[in-house]
Amino acid sequence: MAIEVEGKVLETDEEGYLVNLSDWMPGVAEIMAKDDDLELTDEHWEIINFLREYYEEYQIAPAVRVLTKAVGKKLGKEKGNSKYLYALFPYGPGKQACRFAGLPKPTGCI
Amino acid sequence: MAKANFVTPELHEFVEVPEVSEGTMAHLSPFVAYPEHNTDLNFPGELVEDWHGKTLSKLDDLRKRYRSLQVYLDSCVKCGACTDKCHYFLGTKDPKNMPVGRQDLLRKVYRRYFTLAGRFFPKLVGAKDLTRETLDEWYSYYHQCSQCRRCSVFCPYGIDTAEISMAAREILDSIGYGQKYCNEIIAKVGKIGNNLGLPGPALADTLEGLEEDVEDDTGVAVKYPLDVKGADILLVTPSADFFAEPHVDGLIGYGKVFHEAGVSWTLSSYASEAANFGMFIGSYENMRRVSLRIRKAALDLGVKRIVFGECGHAWRVAYAFLNTLAGPFDFLDPAYPVPQHIMEFTWDQIQKGKLKFDKTANDHMKLTFHDSCNVARATRMGDKPGGQIEIPRNVIKAVCNNFADMHHETIGERTFCCGGGGGLLTDDLMEIRVKGALPRMTALKNVMEEEGVTHLAAICAICKSQFTKVLPYYGMEMDQVVSVHQLVSNAIILTGQETDENDRDDEPDEVEI
Repeated sequence: MAIEVEGKVLETDEEGYLVNLSDWMPGVAEIMAKDDDLELTDEHWEIINFLREYYEEYQIAPAVRVLTKAVGKKLGKEKGNSKYLYALFPYGPGKQACRFAGLPKPTGCI
Repeated sequence: MAKANFVTPELHEFVEVPEVSEGTMAHLSPFVAYPEHNTDLNFPGELVEDWHGKTLSKLDDLRKRYRSLQVYLDSCVKCGACTDKCHYFLGTKDPKNMPVGRQDLLRKVYRRYFTLAGRFFPKLVGAKDLTRETLDEWYSYYHQCSQCRRCSVFCPYGIDTAEISMAAREILDSIGYGQKYCNEIIAKVGKIGNNLGLPGPALADTLEGLEEDVEDDTGVAVKYPLDVKGADILLVTPSADFFAEPHVDGLIGYGKVFHEAGVSWTLSSYASEAANFGMFIGSYENMRRVSLRIRKAALDLGVKRIVFGECGHAWRVAYAFLNTLAGPFDFLDPAYPVPQHIMEFTWDQIQKGKLKFDKTANDHMKLTFHDSCNVARATRMGDKPGGQIEIPRNVIKAVCNNFADMHHETIGERTFCCGGGGGLLTDDLMEIRVKGALPRMTALKNVMEEEGVTHLAAICAICKSQFTKVLPYYGMEMDQVVSVHQLVSNAIILTGQETDENDRDDEPDEVEI
């Protein structure tokens, strides 16, 4: 599978995750969101950017609690919970937001 | 990523045994492993050319290696006792999801090539040739079995479909036809130490965050130690406990219990996974490789005890096989069970009066308990038969005022699978996961209506994740599932903890049902 972003054809896996992390550009998130009938707002981008920063440091997506805590600190305590994240990313922050951010899919008993 | 296209079954008062409908699930197969997922586990990367011969020789090898498999293939008398016992059949109507139907997929090939009658009169004994299509059918339907073993409880011969499904998966792996979900994950354990692929520094960062949170919450510096040499206890827990909700709330609870018990403990970044997917694919070699990491971590850290966190099949591997896979554990303290379940540890502390609780902290919930298949049907806890059923309930009742069990036909050793066990907890199998959850969802809905239950407590990472995903399909809320040690964590009063009862009482209920 593949997606086309800004004239470039980027390879994705069966579930729509980028195969090469280095292929990512902001347009990737835009195109993927469009396919999911989502419009990306600044709130979405806050999460996507945090995921990318965290991944760069730790080579893994942040745990849900790490993510909600960071969101709570940055955007206010009332937003520091998974309900807020699910409202933004209905398929789940771990899976949908990670895909938009170009991160590999978290695996395991989750 | 479009949502899978299927209809969620409706919930009724009872799960009626459906009329059989051929092939309703024939379309469903999980993603096939990439070559590197297979080769990482010492399987051929892709389907081998001589798959016919290799399949038969592997089947021959397995039936000789595992006497049980031979007995199971031979002894079915088609009595029908198992037919309505599988949650996947009840949810899909597909006769190949009846335990006997599933077994027969392998049995018909076994009969054709390994029994006298099948060799000469195949049609008379339901024997069938092995074809390329057989492999696809195996791949599909042996990945629609969560190896929960409920059917074996009702089989008069004790035929264990889980073992047949494990054997089928091992045969498929041996010819290069592996499942992506399981094989990718097992490879990650070998490379990074856990199913998630959570590297040491990320683990350390996550645990540090938990220490901050607990101290903010309670004023007590509870530690979540990593790689501490000379600690008494090595805690081995599913990596989902570091990552997901409500799993992490359980992990917080284990730490609080250890803290109050005054024992020294540690996690290991090398063996940061309790789950052992080697069992799901029936691979002794892979199961052993994963288990040996725990042994090595215990030796390297010099611990005296090993305690397992809330993980269903991990406890089966630990309780039933760990000693033969990775033993002897003569370097551990023989005064304690080797290994011990966190539930046993906590219950022991409760009985000794070492833990103080404010049960009202859980008053905003009424709990029920989901027995995880592997714990309920394949293990024990404590020193009495049935301890694995009783002890988790005892712990819940010690920390909660409100508890009610689901219907007795759906709990204990007759528990219905969550629908996501045995290597099925992957999005590409969402249809079978949702449909297979029907019996459990029905029992839950009933106990909610009849007893006012609001939350479902579980002691398995897979169950917790599966429920989080499937509850909304049935019109319930994802956060109705909780960890048992989350309940312990809510209620425990740590020595020196700043308690503010008024604050707590004012908190609104988190979930509206």
